[in-house]
Amino acid sequence: MNSKKSDFVKFEQVDKSYDGKELVVKGLDLDIAEGEFLTLLGPSGSGKTTTLMMLAGFETPTNGEIYFDGRPINNIPPHKRGIGMVFQNYALFPHLSVFENLAFPLKVRKIDKSEVDERINRTLKMVSLTGFENRMPAQLSGGQQQRVAVARALVFDPKLVLMDEPLGALDKNLRESMQYELKHIHESLGVTVVYVTHDQGEALTMSNRIAVFNDGKVQQLSGPNELYETPVNSFVASFIGENNTFTGTVKEINSGSAKIETDTGETIIANPIAVKASGDKSRISLRPERVSIDPNDQLENRFTSEIREIIYHGDHTRVRVNLLGNDEFILKVPNASSDLKLNVGDKLDLGWSSHDCRALDY
Amino acid sequence: MPSEIRTSDGELLSVKLKKVERRRRTTAFLLAAPLLFFIIFAYLIPIFQMLGRSIDNVQMHEFLSDTHDVMQTWDGSEMPGEDVTSTFFYELKGLVEEKNHGKIATRLNYEKGGFTSLIKKTARKLDDFDENANFLDQFIDVHKKWGDIEYWLALKRGTDAYHYRKYLTTFDFEQKYDGSIERIPEKKRINVTLWLRTIFVAAGVTFCCFLLAYPISHLLSVLPTRYSNLLMICVLLPFWTSLLVRTSSWMVLLQKQGVLNDTLVSLGIVADEGRLELMYNMTGTFIAMTQILLPFMVLPLYSVMKTIPPSLMRAATSMGATPFHAFRKIYFPLTYAGISAGSILVFVLSIGYYITPALVGGAKGTLISNRIAYHMQQSLDWSLATAMATVLLIAVLIVYWLYNKIVGIDNMRLG
Repeated sequence: MNSKKSDFVKFEQVDKSYDGKELVVKGLDLDIAEGEFLTLLGPSGSGKTTTLMMLAGFETPTNGEIYFDGRPINNIPPHKRGIGMVFQNYALFPHLSVFENLAFPLKVRKIDKSEVDERINRTLKMVSLTGFENRMPAQLSGGQQQRVAVARALVFDPKLVLMDEPLGALDKNLRESMQYELKHIHESLGVTVVYVTHDQGEALTMSNRIAVFNDGKVQQLSGPNELYETPVNSFVASFIGENNTFTGTVKEINSGSAKIETDTGETIIANPIAVKASGDKSRISLRPERVSIDPNDQLENRFTSEIREIIYHGDHTRVRVNLLGNDEFILKVPNASSDLKLNVGDKLDLGWSSHDCRALDY
Repeated sequence: MPSEIRTSDGELLSVKLKKVERRRRTTAFLLAAPLLFFIIFAYLIPIFQMLGRSIDNVQMHEFLSDTHDVMQTWDGSEMPGEDVTSTFFYELKGLVEEKNHGKIATRLNYEKGGFTSLIKKTARKLDDFDENANFLDQFIDVHKKWGDIEYWLALKRGTDAYHYRKYLTTFDFEQKYDGSIERIPEKKRINVTLWLRTIFVAAGVTFCCFLLAYPISHLLSVLPTRYSNLLMICVLLPFWTSLLVRTSSWMVLLQKQGVLNDTLVSLGIVADEGRLELMYNMTGTFIAMTQILLPFMVLPLYSVMKTIPPSLMRAATSMGATPFHAFRKIYFPLTYAGISAGSILVFVLSIGYYITPALVGGAKGTLISNRIAYHMQQSLDWSLATAMATVLLIAVLIVYWLYNKIVGIDNMRLG
């Protein structure tokens, strides 16, 4: 493990602009470790796909340098980079059978026939498609095509595999099972994967680390649970998972807690993450599941709300309440506690700890 | 029992289904009916009637039916007997009274040259004939050609109701009076040359169109819409201009004192006395036809290329293929459907092309269609013209059949 490089792929001050007016990627610095599953997550237009395409060689950085395994690769054309890629719509060659699709990268490398057969068999076995060699892509289901695309990107043993929203076209159940499958393939092969998606659930399930992109910049780069539990700014907080927010001004700040007066004049005790001094404007972020109903006295923040809407979700019930002037405040109530009688218009006492309530940038 | 299944209102399901389906089918038929009738009456029937003329000789057969019947017993080894000559005399006399002898003169002249004057002269002298004397001798007295047995043999053959000899002529063969089939003398052979030239030009124009259209279509399919629309208009612009205008402008450009030659001379590429012969030969036909038929290649190619996702080429290069290898193994095979559709269109159109070769082709650049037009308008040998047209039609049908066998007509995309 210790022989693995922590900067297997390195983006150094990379800028990208298509039209000379706007930067799609701004000053990107990113290290990807060998054997890592790194996800670039972000809304559309955030620069994540452009970043991936620059790594694959289909786009050239306007400024900065990309290193792959220690070598600068800006001037190396895509076909000499030896990077496997899975495309959004699979990009299987429709006129070639599954076998021929997989044989394509091997034949280009002039690998002899017996080894081609052996490698294809092994790879198809890995994606559970043994016996499909002679099918044409059009005769396969979406999930099977997806597996062929993955197999084709892996069959020539690249050290790095890029995936551009590969599960986007699959239905929900298939997508979930493919997520686990990709994760297992990654674990068993130890190959480095850079994965692009706008689906946070996918990112959280599969990745070692996630780089959240917005506006051409990496907003936060960390492991899935850190990302969810400790977002560093309000974009990440709102983009990952569900989030209740209040806006306000810092009144008093000391290590570990801050008093923030909301725009409606109430005071919330919060965990100062991105606020420095009193007078700062702040957006307070609070996960729905961190809110207690009928709170005990230890919680610093205790308020009374009014129920606006109750939505049944099977395993839990979502309750929308009005709290401190925020009409979109969401609670998640597990249905195990179904003895709780909730009616629209009822008053409900809520509370949360100051630690779970993060004061972020405005 | 499945046959007992009834709909909710108690009718038998099978009966009800037929009723509903029939209504739907009738509507569909009625919608298509006007076009169907139009095609049948304005297109199919005239075409087949016209093509029938290539073997049809019924009018001649009726004019001289008695002569024809009597001649069946004559073996043609020596001059015909009095039964033949007398029957012919009386039938010809009847035709002259009805003023129909001109028609048979023209028809017989196709069988053997000299018949026009022969019949006309004979017709004038018919009243002088002595019906009790030997008819053959009197015919020979009127015109010595009647002493040549070939005219009598041509008369026998020329009154058959149907014949296929025009098809032989189409390929420069002829049928001798003894029934043997031979090539016509070398100096007279023209049709085979024209057929070969037509096929060569059609294939060559198709290939030139392919070479020019492939990059344009690719560009069209990858450019952003606002640019590709503009380029598409440039490609389609010729469609909005009359064919005659386009061909004439090629004449302006290509002639010896034309724009192209002037430019080349002023640039010093060719000497003034060495101006290029770009017109009234094959070069002119090639250039003009390629330009005119280019859109027919671009459109099918473009429509196929448009459906090829750019990610395929990217996938191929990401797997280590050079751009050229990726093009050859992935992109090019995926455009086969477009290439074949475009090629068949251009080939079929150019194999029957008429106006352009007629105007810029000169003697060396004329094609079989110009020959057909010649026989329709100048020589008035409609039988030969329609025989050629039939051969052309069959050739085109064979091309379609081959295309369907190899590619499948369902794969044709025309943009």
